[in-house]
Amino acid sequence: MAQPLLDARNLVKHYGSVEALRGASFTAHAGEVVALIGDNGAGKSTLVKCLSGAEQPDSGTITFDGTEISLPSPTAARSLGIETVYQDLAVAPDLDPAANLYLGRELVKPGPLGWFGVLDKKEMRRRATESFRDLGVSLQSVDVPIGALSGGQRQSVAVARSVVWASRLVFMDEPTAALGVVQRERVLDVVKRVRDQGMAVVLISHNMPEVLAVSDRVEVLRLGRRVARFRAADTTVEELVGAMTGALSQEDS
Amino acid sequence: MNAATDVRQRSIRQRLFGANTLWIGLVLLVLIAVFGAIRPDAVLTTFTLQTTLVETSVLLVLSVGMTYVIITSGIDLSVGSVLVFSGVTSAMTMNALNDGNATTAGWGTVFVGLLVALVSGAAWGLLNGVLIAKTGIPPLIVTLGSFGAALGAGQLISNGSNVSGVPNVLSNSLGTGTWFGIPNLVLLAAVVTAIGALVLATTRFGRYTYAIGSNEEAARRVGIGVTGHLVKVYLLAGTLAGLAGFMALAYFRVASITGHDTDNLNAIAGVVLGGTSLFGGSGSVVGTVLGVFIPAVLRKGFVIVGVNVYWQPVAVAIVLVAAVWFDQSRRRARNQR
Repeated sequence: MAQPLLDARNLVKHYGSVEALRGASFTAHAGEVVALIGDNGAGKSTLVKCLSGAEQPDSGTITFDGTEISLPSPTAARSLGIETVYQDLAVAPDLDPAANLYLGRELVKPGPLGWFGVLDKKEMRRRATESFRDLGVSLQSVDVPIGALSGGQRQSVAVARSVVWASRLVFMDEPTAALGVVQRERVLDVVKRVRDQGMAVVLISHNMPEVLAVSDRVEVLRLGRRVARFRAADTTVEELVGAMTGALSQEDS
Repeated sequence: MNAATDVRQRSIRQRLFGANTLWIGLVLLVLIAVFGAIRPDAVLTTFTLQTTLVETSVLLVLSVGMTYVIITSGIDLSVGSVLVFSGVTSAMTMNALNDGNATTAGWGTVFVGLLVALVSGAAWGLLNGVLIAKTGIPPLIVTLGSFGAALGAGQLISNGSNVSGVPNVLSNSLGTGTWFGIPNLVLLAAVVTAIGALVLATTRFGRYTYAIGSNEEAARRVGIGVTGHLVKVYLLAGTLAGLAGFMALAYFRVASITGHDTDNLNAIAGVVLGGTSLFGGSGSVVGTVLGVFIPAVLRKGFVIVGVNVYWQPVAVAIVLVAAVWFDQSRRRARNQR
């Protein structure tokens, strides 16, 4: 098999006396959707935090594109082309969708005005409108505070923000949790489209049919450790649930 | 075109009516109209306009800094005390440079005095900012501390009495001078306000200020240097308080220890009246200008019309509570979606 884009091995993470990760491993390849599943408390969110720079593992190695890396901050991960959609969204509700899309990456006007940090709001709004259209995100307006939008639209903006900026890998922590049927389909469409562009997508989800429908592979975490790996095409919901609850385990994972 | 048709911008009219600023502006206009209708001869005169503007200039400068602080969902109770401290250090430095009395001193002394006032204010602002951003102590507590400490320090330095001996060149120019009929003090306040408004509304610095107040965690995750930015915002508020101290010095010809106990609350009231949310994330300097003038116009109007002036705080309190109530119900309606 080709060299993995991201290969994490034996990650350990303690929070005080709580062992969130006990030697967890994880692999993602370019151009595939990997679902990361596990019961509550299995360590999914902690694993994603460690792989996106939000937390640092106590031990273990992370290899990206064949080189061993450390991710001291989310900024470090982003500079490698890794973006994350967080479960709690992490958007600024008082700013409009365009401002949220460009948050931390604002465009400034060319010339002397730009030296003073004057924003090019018009250009950001134009490009944001384009990006939202490309990703099929429908918004009533690009200049109302995002807090005035529905939960689903807010989520769509959060997803769009990570996808627009990612170049190699996107983590999505429950990206469809708050969505209606139509918007869920849109987000999953986006996931597939991003994969087809050659990026790796890591999808964390509790929704087993969704996991099987959209992902190419599934990795299962249990009690802070990877316990099973499946090809989505060859497995069933029963098998996944069995792995999550510990009824079934693979030796080689 | 499918979903794209859903992305559209609101019309100018929709935006205007959605803005708090418009309503605050209307309240201010109504107040002026009412007082003007009762006493047109006394209210709508250049003199009344000039005195109202001059008396509000110092508070306006404090409120510009306060607007930034409150938009980050912080608060700065120390601005009045920092104003006093900066006035005292500035006046005492100017006196010390001129054998104890700077009344006849020249521009060099004035310049040093300005620098001392700004640095004094900046020092307190930096202290506030570092404590708030690095230690996580709530802004209310940190600035309550510096509110007491800055005033105490000012009193210690001046032995608890006012400091006189302000250079005449300063009080005659910045203090009481005019430029084409506009008091210089007002001009300075207007320039500071205009820069403050532009930076907040159009620059990256302003955008980060909103973002941090709106969702600090989100700002941190997208790589905004939240700690550094908060330090800068409190540094700005402190520096402007220092400038306000220098302006008060020029206007009153004395560094006064008393009379600034409620400057902090007046600044906060002006900012909140102007539509800036105490929860952070939204607000504007333009709103603050309007918000600062509502209490000022009420006071002036009551004096002219002959209403007992003690009604002014009562009236301001009612408007203030109503404004915050309005903001809260607006947010609740929005967040229910």
